[in-house]
Amino acid sequence: MTALERYHRKIAEAATQDMILNMGPQHPSTHGVLRLELITDGEIVKEVIPHAGYLHRCFDKHAENLTYQQTIPFTDRLDYLSSMNNSHIWVMGVERMLGIDKDIPKRVEYIRVLMCELNRIASHLISIGTYGIDIGAFTPFLWCFRDREHIMGMLEWASGSRMLYNYIWIGGLFFDLPVGFEERCREFVEYFKPKMTELNELLTNNQIFISRTANVGVLPMDVAINYGCSGPMLRGSGLKWDLRRIDNYSVYGELDFEVPIGTGAMGTTGDCWDRNKVRVDEIGESLKIIEQCLDRLQKELKRTPEFDPRAKLPRRLAPKAQDYYMRGECSKGELGFYFIADPTGKSEIPFRVKARGPSFNNLSVISEISKGVMIADLIAIVGSIDFVLGELDR
Amino acid sequence: MILDSVKDILSARFDDGVIIGEETSGLQPALLINPEQIADVCLELRDNPATYFDFLSCLSGIDYGVTTNRFGVVYHLASIPYQTQLTLKISKEHTRDINDLPSFPTLSNVYRTADWHEREAYDLVGIYFEGHPDLRRILLPDDWIGYPLRKDYKAAEYYKGIKVD
Repeated sequence: MTALERYHRKIAEAATQDMILNMGPQHPSTHGVLRLELITDGEIVKEVIPHAGYLHRCFDKHAENLTYQQTIPFTDRLDYLSSMNNSHIWVMGVERMLGIDKDIPKRVEYIRVLMCELNRIASHLISIGTYGIDIGAFTPFLWCFRDREHIMGMLEWASGSRMLYNYIWIGGLFFDLPVGFEERCREFVEYFKPKMTELNELLTNNQIFISRTANVGVLPMDVAINYGCSGPMLRGSGLKWDLRRIDNYSVYGELDFEVPIGTGAMGTTGDCWDRNKVRVDEIGESLKIIEQCLDRLQKELKRTPEFDPRAKLPRRLAPKAQDYYMRGECSKGELGFYFIADPTGKSEIPFRVKARGPSFNNLSVISEISKGVMIADLIAIVGSIDFVLGELDR
Repeated sequence: MILDSVKDILSARFDDGVIIGEETSGLQPALLINPEQIADVCLELRDNPATYFDFLSCLSGIDYGVTTNRFGVVYHLASIPYQTQLTLKISKEHTRDINDLPSFPTLSNVYRTADWHEREAYDLVGIYFEGHPDLRRILLPDDWIGYPLRKDYKAAEYYKGIKVD
């Protein structure tokens, strides 16, 4: 009997005893088109069967037919909430294969990190805001989107696009920062810091929110590692594992920031509240990184008329025959690209690319941590995972 | 070097045939492992206190092209306690018959990450994993014919009687 037949039989047999409930693909709390098939006994979830793939856009296949540079807009569309991070990791992987990663000007690197951290804040704001909405708090969502709009405006100013930037290029940038960007960015940081305190008072430390999330969906650290969870999911379970610190890629080694982890302050380590708290704390750390980047960009790495962010763009983008796995910390966790360069070493088109999305692995743990929970708690668990379907389905 | 210590551990624990070769030309050296023993090798590397490769970063199913007729799986392991990385590769020749898929042992008993990644490799590249608990398609619909990431894949002209333009 094939696995498909086993699955059909399981559903058929469950339907006589228990109730099958479909959550999604159009359910608002699934954050996209994810279908969760629940086998329920009354209000208790006995099993969750996720069905992914509604947003599959053949990223791997497209990447096999386009050059490295042409694929950058496709990476933007993987995790469309943190496009800068995706293209940064893609670009770093290609640069390392070409052997030009040491030649990138410092100013370019700092602008990249600045953009990535701004984008990380925007992504976490969406995560926190929609998490509030999932479990019944509407106002924080509006506050988060109001503040995110400032970031979107700045990124649009720099790149020309609101969400899908195509700003970071192999060997450089699409364009230098617009004049006045640094000042505007500082203004935003000053504006935004007190807003986080407000948000914490309204949502994170709200007793209703704590009651809904603390001790719910506890993910022990060993399970998280075994399932390949990364990012805030893994850190929420209490493990200090941040690739920006482990690999020290780009200029993260020169920057000073902490890696927040879940401590079980409101319940058990690794519960939904911890995961959300890690994101809240990471926003603060990202603000610290942004300030340090701005310091450098306004002092020793100042904008000069002769500075050309496209000066180091390689004329030919054909790495020699090799394969390379590049990993980096996206806002959701470890985003990896596995490249196999063309075996002749002459083509600008990779032989094979595989994207390892953090959402894909983070979601796979859901059937493990939601056995025996109430249906309402499942919504809290799904929201705390913070996946993006564009990346899960690729 | 990490590769040498891994080789020592494996040769002490297993017979000679377990390491078929190694690739050291690229930026990330890789070990070629005997496909039959990959699950045992990973279990050993995961639990051995000298390596602790407890995190499977990525698992990729690869079709190495129509001229070579080889199919393979590439594993990227990471060790959280030691902060090291390791690449393992397995591969075998196959006739490309889509009714008789190339088959490798599953790793999902060692790393649960492999569960969904192997389903994806089965779905897109057409690699069968023996002993996998639930090897269904994951990204494509259940009734899809063919394996799109194979190098000889031709896009279908019709899907359920509807012409695809």
